Amino acid sequence: MDVEILSRIQFAFTIAFHYIYPPLSIGLGLVMVLMEGMYLKTGDVIYEKMTRFWVKIFALIFGIGVATGIVMEFEFGTNWAVYSRYVGDVFGSALAAEGIFAFALESGFLGILIFGWNRVGPRVHFFSTIMVTLGSMFSAIWIVVANSWQQTPAGYHVVGEGMDARAEITDFWAMVFNPSSVDRILHVWSGSFLAGAFLVTSVSAWYLLKGKYIGLSRASFKIALTVALAASLFQLFTGHRSADIVAHHQPAKLAAMEGHFDSLAVADMYLFGWVNKEEQTTSGVSIPGGLSFMIHGDFNKPVPGLTSIPEKDRPGAVNFVFQTYHTMIAIGMFLIALSLYAAFLWWRGTLFDKRWLLWLYVWAVLLPQIANQVGWYTAEVGRQPWVVYKLLRTSDALSEAVTANQVLSSLILFTLVYILLFALFIYLLNKKITHGPYDTHSEDHSPRHLEMAESVKSSHPANPS
Amino acid sequence: METFIGIDYATWWFLLIGAVFTGYAILDGFDLGAGALHLFLNKENSRRIALNAIGPVWDGNEVWLVIGGGALFAGFPEVYASLLSAFYTPFMIFLVALIFRAISIEFRSKEPMVWWRRLWDVSYCLSSALLAFLLGMMLGNVAQGIPLDKDHIYRGSDMSFINPYACMVGTTSLALFMMHGAIYLVMKTEDRLYAKLTIIVRRTTIFFVISFVITSFYTVLYIPHMADQIHDSPSMFVLPVIMILGIASITRMVAKRRYLLAFLSSALVISVALMIVCLELFPVILYSAGAPANSLTVYNAASSEKTLGIMLTVAAIGVPLVAAYTTFVFWTFKGKVTLDETSY
Repeated sequence: MDVEILSRIQFAFTIAFHYIYPPLSIGLGLVMVLMEGMYLKTGDVIYEKMTRFWVKIFALIFGIGVATGIVMEFEFGTNWAVYSRYVGDVFGSALAAEGIFAFALESGFLGILIFGWNRVGPRVHFFSTIMVTLGSMFSAIWIVVANSWQQTPAGYHVVGEGMDARAEITDFWAMVFNPSSVDRILHVWSGSFLAGAFLVTSVSAWYLLKGKYIGLSRASFKIALTVALAASLFQLFTGHRSADIVAHHQPAKLAAMEGHFDSLAVADMYLFGWVNKEEQTTSGVSIPGGLSFMIHGDFNKPVPGLTSIPEKDRPGAVNFVFQTYHTMIAIGMFLIALSLYAAFLWWRGTLFDKRWLLWLYVWAVLLPQIANQVGWYTAEVGRQPWVVYKLLRTSDALSEAVTANQVLSSLILFTLVYILLFALFIYLLNKKITHGPYDTHSEDHSPRHLEMAESVKSSHPANPS
Repeated sequence: METFIGIDYATWWFLLIGAVFTGYAILDGFDLGAGALHLFLNKENSRRIALNAIGPVWDGNEVWLVIGGGALFAGFPEVYASLLSAFYTPFMIFLVALIFRAISIEFRSKEPMVWWRRLWDVSYCLSSALLAFLLGMMLGNVAQGIPLDKDHIYRGSDMSFINPYACMVGTTSLALFMMHGAIYLVMKTEDRLYAKLTIIVRRTTIFFVISFVITSFYTVLYIPHMADQIHDSPSMFVLPVIMILGIASITRMVAKRRYLLAFLSSALVISVALMIVCLELFPVILYSAGAPANSLTVYNAASSEKTLGIMLTVAAIGVPLVAAYTTFVFWTFKGKVTLDETSY
């Protein structure tokens, strides 16, 4: 295998593995802010217990997220030197801004979030929880800005030619607010909220099925369900907006997403299907003219297909992009239906009566994870053969100084390390969940919080829970 | 060329990135050093206290590396690209060591079994020592220069990053961080562990002084371009003098048991050492061994003035914020380590 394919596999593997964790951090962060906020508001110790429990799990997730994230920052330079030279002027400032505005914020306050329970007052601790969550959300902003610039470049000009060509910023805010960044940031955030919320509902549902920590699990489930409901509905909006932007700026990607080959024909929208790239056909269940309608609001307007684009500028893995895109949509729709149904049962007061629903929620934790992964596969594979859309080809972006053997060795190393890491993560996560939210001696170690709880209780004399 | 207080933007970024990596060396230096000393502490309780001494801050310290990497990418993309692709293998080892170190700290306390804890102790200690050594090794290679062609692409062999000078600088940085970390741990501990660490401080100081002297002689004798600037402007001789006085101050403050001052002295030594390297290189950032004309300099490797200007604004807003909450976190966890239910 050559350096290009090996470097692509290595980048895809390390980023996909990394991306298990940041969405969980962002989503769990938001749920923790709500939990701790409820604690400060009601003074009910049940909210403190659940916050402490999830902070421990957050620490585990965050730790692996950081460790695997640093790899990404340096992999641009090690494997993609030409790309780094090309985009450094533009992409670098987004990465640097991430480091200083986001990463420093979350890592700084993380110490207080995890170890500061007995060192600072409840309000300062709550503030730290908010800062860590905001930090992780800011991180997403800058990373998605940088990636969106690769999808829909703006606010730059190209200087030099051939090997010396470089993109340079002409307008910082046009670069930051390039056509796709705002919608993609919102899309990534909502996907992350879903990942975090479904982790909490999964664990809570499991406790409820086992008949353990009933009060705490019900309250946690409701907080997370609120987040899941809002995020899944919002995802419909951001998803539609993102697809619209793809249609206008990356027609080749859009055509691949729907397996649409015919140049300038009415385009269908598939529910599911299969693309035959050789025969240039797509078969499956579709809404005739659906894609035309989504883009133009008219079932009869044509949409440019893959054949209207020179073969060397088309994404190669059309069926892959089609399948990942449709998997994401299907999961997104299912999560909306699930959240609406659960919310309806909550309103009826029978949310926790159906065991099958709780079992479904135990396993539903995987769905946002899968959707987040395949969503990114669609975005990144659909952008091929470009690494920076219409400016720099992936095959031209490699490091000349690096050999295939070096990349193969590092790829094997990362594979082994990440398998170990994932096994340990699952083992420790399972252990923490089995252990549950109650420590034998945690209460006497948090005098300031008990004091706080007392003072809040006296101001809310009637506490029905 | 745009300037700010009479200095052009590219030079500002050279200085700023130098300052960020100095900050990284001072901050992560003590927790890497503490890690490298981990196996010298024998008792379970001592190891837990040592881990918790860095527990709430090590992650924040590592952020300086991320900021430095991002700033290098943005400010000098040519250097970022050439340096990282040239040092592919050591960087991959470095990244894997960073992962192992992070998970060792995180996972060690999660199980009570002795074998589990010993395993992570060894992994934590070795990865910390390896990181400290590799950082020095890369600095040694940068100081010595690497073969670059006219497109600034590395044209050396895979393994040439391992050479006597780089290993010597690596050993020196390991020794320096071990001393720095030992002094930090002394400040955070009490009783018998404190007594044991005072002995470790003395031994690591000796280790550092010996490796420092050998490396200095080697540099002056065999790496001539690393002595040119001071040679040409004798007033800069004040820097090595400050360095020696700083080292003398460490030994003196250790003897007087004034460890905060000893820690500040070793931070001073780290800063002056990196300052000397930066000044000796300037305006070169990545020296091309064999063909100095192919070197990457502050001028031929920098991003556009526009980007450098934007990032100066980013830094002007960001750095005071980072400084403020870093101070707040250190202040929250000031004083001797006490273990509670949230500890590692």
